[in-house]
Amino acid sequence: MDKTNNMTTGKVAGIIANLVFVEVDGPVHQNEICYINLSGTMLMAEVIKVMGTQAYVQVFESTRGLKINDTVEFTGHMLEVTLGPGILSKNFDGLQNDLDKMEGVFLKRGEHTNPLEDDKLWAFKPIAKPGDIVIAGSWLGEVKENWMPHKIMVPFKLEEKFTVKSIVKEGEYKINDTIAVITDSKGKEINVTMVQKWPVKIPIKAYKEKPRPFKLLETGVRVIDTLNPIAEGGTGFIPGPFGTGKTVLQHSLSKQADADMIIVAACGERANEVVEIFSEFPELDDPRTGRKLMERTTIIANTSNMPVAAREASVYTAMTLAEYYRAMGLKVLMLADSTSRWAQALREMSNRMEELPGQDAFPMDLPAIISNFYSRAGFVYLNNGASGSITFIGTVSPAGGNLKEPVTESTKKAARCFYALSQQRADSKRYPAIDPLDSYSKYAEYPEVEEYFIKNIEPEWPEKIRVARDILIRGREVAEQINILGDDGVPIDYHERFWKAEVIDFIILQQDAFDKIDCSTSLERQRYMLTSVLNIYNTKFTFETFEEVASFFKRIINQMKQMNYSEFKSEKYIKNEKELFTIIDERKIA
Amino acid sequence: METKAFQKIYTKLSQITKATCSLKATNIGYEEMAIVHGRLAQVVKIIGDNVTLQIFSGTEGIPTNAEVIFLGRPPVLKVSEELSGRFFNAYGEPIDGGQEIDGEERQIGGPSVNPVRRKQPSEFIPTGIAGIDLNNALVTGQKIPFFADPDQPYNQVMAMVALRADADKIILGGMGLTNDDYLYYKNVFENAGALDRIISFVNTTENPPVERLLVPDMALTAAEYFAVDKNQKVLVLLTDMTLYADALSIVSNRMDQIPSKDSMPGSLYSDLAKIYEKAVQFPDGGSITIIAVTSLSGGDITHAIPDNTGYITEGQLFLRKDTDIGKVIVDPFRSLSRLKQLVIGKKTRADHPQVMNAAIRLYADAANAKTKLENGFDLTDYDERTLQFAKDYSDKLLAIDVNIEVDSMLSACWDLFNKYFKPAEVGIKQEFVDKYWPKN
Ligand SMILES: Nc1ncnc2c1ncn2[C@@H]1O[C@H](COP(=O)(O)OP(=O)(O)OP(=O)(O)O)[C@@H](O)[C@H]1O
Ligand SMILES: [Mg+2]
Repeated sequence: MDKTNNMTTGKVAGIIANLVFVEVDGPVHQNEICYINLSGTMLMAEVIKVMGTQAYVQVFESTRGLKINDTVEFTGHMLEVTLGPGILSKNFDGLQNDLDKMEGVFLKRGEHTNPLEDDKLWAFKPIAKPGDIVIAGSWLGEVKENWMPHKIMVPFKLEEKFTVKSIVKEGEYKINDTIAVITDSKGKEINVTMVQKWPVKIPIKAYKEKPRPFKLLETGVRVIDTLNPIAEGGTGFIPGPFGTGKTVLQHSLSKQADADMIIVAACGERANEVVEIFSEFPELDDPRTGRKLMERTTIIANTSNMPVAAREASVYTAMTLAEYYRAMGLKVLMLADSTSRWAQALREMSNRMEELPGQDAFPMDLPAIISNFYSRAGFVYLNNGASGSITFIGTVSPAGGNLKEPVTESTKKAARCFYALSQQRADSKRYPAIDPLDSYSKYAEYPEVEEYFIKNIEPEWPEKIRVARDILIRGREVAEQINILGDDGVPIDYHERFWKAEVIDFIILQQDAFDKIDCSTSLERQRYMLTSVLNIYNTKFTFETFEEVASFFKRIINQMKQMNYSEFKSEKYIKNEKELFTIIDERKIA
Repeated sequence: METKAFQKIYTKLSQITKATCSLKATNIGYEEMAIVHGRLAQVVKIIGDNVTLQIFSGTEGIPTNAEVIFLGRPPVLKVSEELSGRFFNAYGEPIDGGQEIDGEERQIGGPSVNPVRRKQPSEFIPTGIAGIDLNNALVTGQKIPFFADPDQPYNQVMAMVALRADADKIILGGMGLTNDDYLYYKNVFENAGALDRIISFVNTTENPPVERLLVPDMALTAAEYFAVDKNQKVLVLLTDMTLYADALSIVSNRMDQIPSKDSMPGSLYSDLAKIYEKAVQFPDGGSITIIAVTSLSGGDITHAIPDNTGYITEGQLFLRKDTDIGKVIVDPFRSLSRLKQLVIGKKTRADHPQVMNAAIRLYADAANAKTKLENGFDLTDYDERTLQFAKDYSDKLLAIDVNIEVDSMLSACWDLFNKYFKPAEVGIKQEFVDKYWPKN
């Protein structure tokens, strides 16, 4: 966008909550950012519609006290984030203000803080050398951000090819120092610093290609990794009625997933849940690196009491940060809780604008908005051949717990993994309450993913998963029959079948998110566990009465649970496993 | 309310609807308060010089030449120590015959706390009610509603909880309270000798419903004063939030907004969240805990009001009549305190989480046995024992008339385990069994 002309200004002509009509004196762009002057406090707003000389703007803050004829200044650019070293470990609001830099207990209107530190020195190491041909996203050098190599790139906004004219030597620099000079084809010089800006609504496309995801992203959550695996660069969503465990599951993923960086967008949910992250993560270790979890985490907090319009922006802000880190060749996991709140923010604005409503008064283009957003995730090969990824998992909070509502249905079309939380499982404390049969992962069907399993886990793995699913399906069927016909109205082997499915449920599916050991299971251990459980399934036992079946399998489950609570292959584990074999032998038919 | 000399007075309304009126006026601030024909009103829309005002007590009888005075400020509450022990209406005006409050004027419905200035809640609030302390422990800074049908004694339970909780201030926000319930609260507080730590903002069924919309913000502005300025532990009681939400829908329907589910405004989630999220624990000791009532119709929690509430609050407490023992209990299945894990077994005895889970599991087994019985199947010996256990457990622990310390609740559970079961059937960690299983 051109910043050469004099900036457009305007005057407030109408106010309905956070929708403000502005009479403008010059050109405005759709989605342009403007500031409304409320007695010296600058309220940030975004143009969402233009009618003649009136711009409709949504204000990101409370409009209390605003008056007709208050003045407005347009900026000439869309909502942008600032990209550079210093993003990791930060707590930002939805507009990338650094919350820790804000003064006072309460958030003040019009207070905007610098997302990065202008004075901090970073140890820079050049990667490119003079004479190199570079394009947007090419790595010029790197600094260590916490422990991660943070690449300093050619700004994404620069189109065409450039030649590196000079680059600074290894040393300490501030983010606004020029670290390289590049020239375009006409010889025009451009100074490159360690910071750049990018509009959040536009995807960063500094990559060569985006293949189908094919690698497993380990999450440590068994019902996901074993039964409904998500691929690195994949998308998934977690719908569930309130209290069924969406947030606890997302927190588990953010703690355990095998990613270089985690971006948590707390979008319209509880402030206490964000507090939980930033009080616990600085203490908790990342099992893979031994570093503190907070070192690889960035939080975008737009909690439910923060301005509604900024809620929509918050998920885009988070996604743009994710894209920035992906372009450095990193494995990013982005989580958003809850995308329904973002959709509701869209609904509030669309109603205020008196647009023709779609289903449940959501905007008509909701499905398109959601699928565009999910499509920004993905595994990519960068132009230099390195790879990077954004795996995105959002939660959905369906009204009344009913999955036939617009946000769930639109998301189902966009996301490839579906982790349905069931009220029934949550009520019976079978956590995580992911319904193993209603849920699915489309990636599990990809031949390239299956190949990955065969190579990296074991050749029989895909088959074992199919068997496990089958056992669960049949377990559910016999459970229904036992309910209808009564315990003694069905043959004893129905009970056996039911309980063998219960073993899978209790041992593989259920997982205690609050236990130090059980909370996360390595892939190797998951392979071992599934194999053990299937061995039990394939063992023939002898029983006289149905009561014997139940009490026998309860003992097995209890024993295997003890194993789940012990360190893999530890003394305690092996002792418990021996006891398990003794129990099995009691009724095993040789 | 006093008017000031320089205030401009308007006398020409251009439009009157059921809830609003419009007129031509200039230099008006959004959300500014005004007095229309002696009634309080607030600016809800400004287009050019056309200003729309929402009149809280309704527009009945308002003439087109009504006198309109703009007050030049949003709704405010005067805060000071003088608030203690006083009763106010929805506008913050005394209704107890006492004097006006002297204090600092604060805008109600103010900004949110910066999340990084919060502290993780960690202080247990004992209430003596085992259905709460044992199974759904409350924590300072939490927000949690009672979900209950209108015939449940939620106001009584809430008053009990309030008095037993060790709070510096108790702030009652009454919305659509019947006059009887209002007097009940007043009496209970008086009898407990607690009046000096109580502050009430009350809208009764005799007052216009739209006035209720001010009550939570009034109550919470007072709460923030005591929690932030005075570092006090404040407990806010909001009853009944369903009637609050009904008032929201009245306003939005009258303003021709497109309703979403159950004719509630599309902004219901944000509107409720703005209130509940005022619950907070501050690092230097001050806190706001919100206990609310969301009355249900026919136990339906999928209705938009309880549904949105459930997505916002940190759990919910269900009251239910247990016909086997003829008492009201806190339902252990449908109730949940999401913050309990921050305190149980940490601020209470170490066996608390395990005992809690074991008892609920056995209670669930009893529910299954009951279903079997109803379907005409034979019961096993274990089934019979769970049924007896359930009855005792309900009577001695879940009933709302229980008032004991947490340690006694735990011993009561161990006694019941011992009475009906073998340790293996209870499935609690061996170290706790060794320590607490009663030695016969
Ligand atoms: N894996 C788990 N292990 C043990 N308890 C769990 C687990 N998942 C959820 N819970 C319990 O359920 C409660 C609610 O979980 P959570 O807050 O994640 O629900 P939610 O789906 O995010 O709800 P909402 O939609 O209201 O935000 C938790 O406080 C915890 O007590
Ligand atoms: Mg949640």
